[in-house]
Amino acid sequence: MLHLILFLFFGAVCVAGAISLLAQSHPINSALSLIVVMASLAVEYLLLGAEFVAAVQVIVYAGAIMVLFIFVIMLLNAGSEDRTKGSRVAIILGVPGVLTAALLVGWTLVFRSHTEMVSIGALPGGPKEIARLLFHEFLLPFEVTSVLILIAIMGAVVLASKPGAVSKRHDDEMPKAMPELVGAGKDR
Amino acid sequence: MEIPLSYYLLLGGFLFVCGVLGFLIKRNIITIFMSIELMLNGVNLTFVAFAAHWHALSGQVFVFFVMVVAAAEAAVGLAIIIAVYRTRETLNVDQVNLLKL
Repeated sequence: MLHLILFLFFGAVCVAGAISLLAQSHPINSALSLIVVMASLAVEYLLLGAEFVAAVQVIVYAGAIMVLFIFVIMLLNAGSEDRTKGSRVAIILGVPGVLTAALLVGWTLVFRSHTEMVSIGALPGGPKEIARLLFHEFLLPFEVTSVLILIAIMGAVVLASKPGAVSKRHDDEMPKAMPELVGAGKDR
Repeated sequence: MEIPLSYYLLLGGFLFVCGVLGFLIKRNIITIFMSIELMLNGVNLTFVAFAAHWHALSGQVFVFFVMVVAAAEAAVGLAIIIAVYRTRETLNVDQVNLLKL
């Protein structure tokens, strides 16, 4: 019973955060709503017995990725979003299509699925079991992922630096990326 | 001690739908990017719920991989956003339309 109450409470917090992300017009408010969603999802993972995933959710998602988002929002000094009309195809076809598909899936889940229960703590999700699986059966995907991360680091450095700054770094002493980045927004 | 599996799936589906709607409606490029993260979170929740249901720990390892890919995606995507802002001086996706006919 306590598990159900906890699930419903944090599920409601999660839903409220997701709706708030859509409703807010300022990106920093959307980012904070997304942090609320991720933190309450971590509690849902804990309720499912996935301790390691819950810890990684808080550390990587709510910590690292969202700090990156907020850093970029503050670096670019992003204001409230403009209310332009946007793509007409997305509004006319996309939104009703998504809502129809969501209703269909929800109806199927509620009325057609047998009442399968998830028992809490039936599956050990500690770091030991995860690591045993990760470093034995999933060793090749793990290594491929590390290569992906390396490529992503190089891509981020190349993309975020000023065009030509990476190749010019050899002949002038001072790295110029940061002063030029600050100077780009001087007219505001 | 038991919660129906469909509750978790409904919550995950709701988060995914919110992400898709945000992707379609929002005009700020950073908020669109956050909607993608919301979709990934919804999928992660279904992964963990199915892992608990089928007693297969591989689902949680997949969540781990999804998080790593999301981190890489966030780093590269935000770098692209900085590059777009530097050339176009805007974060509105409607004004980034150089490839439009």
